[in-house]
Amino acid sequence: MKAWVFGDNLDTDAIAPGRYMKFGIDEIARHCLEGVDPCFAADVQPGDALVAGRNLGAGSSREQAPEALKHRGVAVLIAESFAGLFYRNAINLGLPAVVCAQAKRIRPGNELAVDLVGGRVRNLTTGESLACEPIPPFLMTLIRDGGLLPHLQKRLAPRASPDPEQGK
Amino acid sequence: MSQTLAQKLVARAAGKTSVTPEEIVICKVDLAMVHDSSGPRRLKPRLERLGAKIWDPSKVVVITDHYLPAYDEESREIIRIARDWVREAGVDAFYDAQGICHVVLPERGHLRPGLFAVGGDSHSPTGGAFAAYMFGIGATEMLGVMVTGEIWLKVPHTIAIELEGALRPGVSAKDIMLFLIGRFGLDGGQYQAIEYRGAAVRALSMQERMTLCNMSAELGGQTGLIASDEITRAYLKCEIERWDSDPGAALLAHHRFDANALEPQVAAPHSPANTRPVTDFREQRIDLAYIGACTGAKLEDLRMAASVLKGRKAKARLLVAPASLRDQQAAEREGTLGVLIDAGAELLANSCGMCAGYGAHLLGENTVAISSTARNFKGRMGASSAQVYLASPYTVAASALAGRIADPRELVA
Repeated sequence: MKAWVFGDNLDTDAIAPGRYMKFGIDEIARHCLEGVDPCFAADVQPGDALVAGRNLGAGSSREQAPEALKHRGVAVLIAESFAGLFYRNAINLGLPAVVCAQAKRIRPGNELAVDLVGGRVRNLTTGESLACEPIPPFLMTLIRDGGLLPHLQKRLAPRASPDPEQGK
Repeated sequence: MSQTLAQKLVARAAGKTSVTPEEIVICKVDLAMVHDSSGPRRLKPRLERLGAKIWDPSKVVVITDHYLPAYDEESREIIRIARDWVREAGVDAFYDAQGICHVVLPERGHLRPGLFAVGGDSHSPTGGAFAAYMFGIGATEMLGVMVTGEIWLKVPHTIAIELEGALRPGVSAKDIMLFLIGRFGLDGGQYQAIEYRGAAVRALSMQERMTLCNMSAELGGQTGLIASDEITRAYLKCEIERWDSDPGAALLAHHRFDANALEPQVAAPHSPANTRPVTDFREQRIDLAYIGACTGAKLEDLRMAASVLKGRKAKARLLVAPASLRDQQAAEREGTLGVLIDAGAELLANSCGMCAGYGAHLLGENTVAISSTARNFKGRMGASSAQVYLASPYTVAASALAGRIADPRELVA
């Protein structure tokens, strides 16, 4: 995965601009980060990583911010720290968010491999291995299910359809 | 063991006698508030996909405020979905075009000390002014609350901000927050609970306390809290539970400031953390002054602006969007609104308006504005080339008179 690198306090107004919020995610995602990097939305490839400094996702509760990134193909978020609300939104949408104290060592275009459970970012371009905080197991369950909505679907499923074990 | 206000509120919601910071708990939600943008239009299709109903319609409040006044096909549709959905879902607490959710919620008596509440908006910590644990969540997480009535929480540490002394005339809660955000940064709150205390906080009205807790979002806290007291009781006009931190409860940090020394603050483009005293900006010309938003156009905020504008005329274009219909009506009755209009203010709808950047009114290219709102991120209120300075309603009003950023202390009636 290729790294797209941004600075500190990358805010949700930049990621999902308010004037497009009335539209669906296709349209919002087309304008994702256009005020910061006009090439991003067009050039980001499925499986790429978004790397940032401190407080990634500052600002609004709009989950269209992480949703737009995911919609454009971003597979993982790596930052020195996250705004808490944005972090919860990303995980709830099944988009892994990794806290990496040394995120600033990653340069634009570096090829990365991320181990979410073990807590490690390998920079294949430089050969560096960066420690990061492992994602807690109960949040990994959400990510593995694809986010909170599929997770709830799974949880509610036995209620919706008859339990085959019942009556045995 | 001594517990902070945040710990006590979380422990109650988690059904425990006490909780420890960083422990993960499941809390029962007493109140879930959503607005037109984050609420029905996102919830309805997902609830249908799950084949689920909301866990308790009596605990849900829906307020339209982002896409009002509706101005095109998309915004009309978003509002229509909200109106239809509350009927289908059996939600009685629906406030349509009554003002901004964070102001309407307590105004209509939905908040009480001790509650555990979530809101589908980042400024939901406003509810913490009532000693309720309230914080913002996104739409999918709100879906989880709507279906289960529960939410997980990492028990927060508490950062205490203690303000001793008293604010000087012309200095307000907004100045406190801009100062703190400038001092500690947008992530200074570390997604923990921020508790405001001290004589200067105790002396604040409920609406000013709401401004403190509201901008805990920009300070990076999960919530902002203030202990309940006589002022809380008087606002709610009923008997309340007293909730406060225990003496000696462990804190992550304890910052003390002298309110007497605080000057009016201004945050320069493009961050609320880009703050300096107003006197550093004296030559900055402005095209437009905006008094709006949950954090900057409540009745108290309108009164502040009026105390500066009384008997004077604005040089710059002055827009005023009162935060709620009730506040606007109260301002009209007492003459505050008349003062604003006589000074040249143009009145806008009781909605989020330009602050959210969702509506028909947006800042044009290269406009220089001073605004009593909460965020001045690049492009938020309109064109990316627009320059937005944040300040208190006093300072916005004084700047409107001068056509440049001005110190309100020379003008406060």
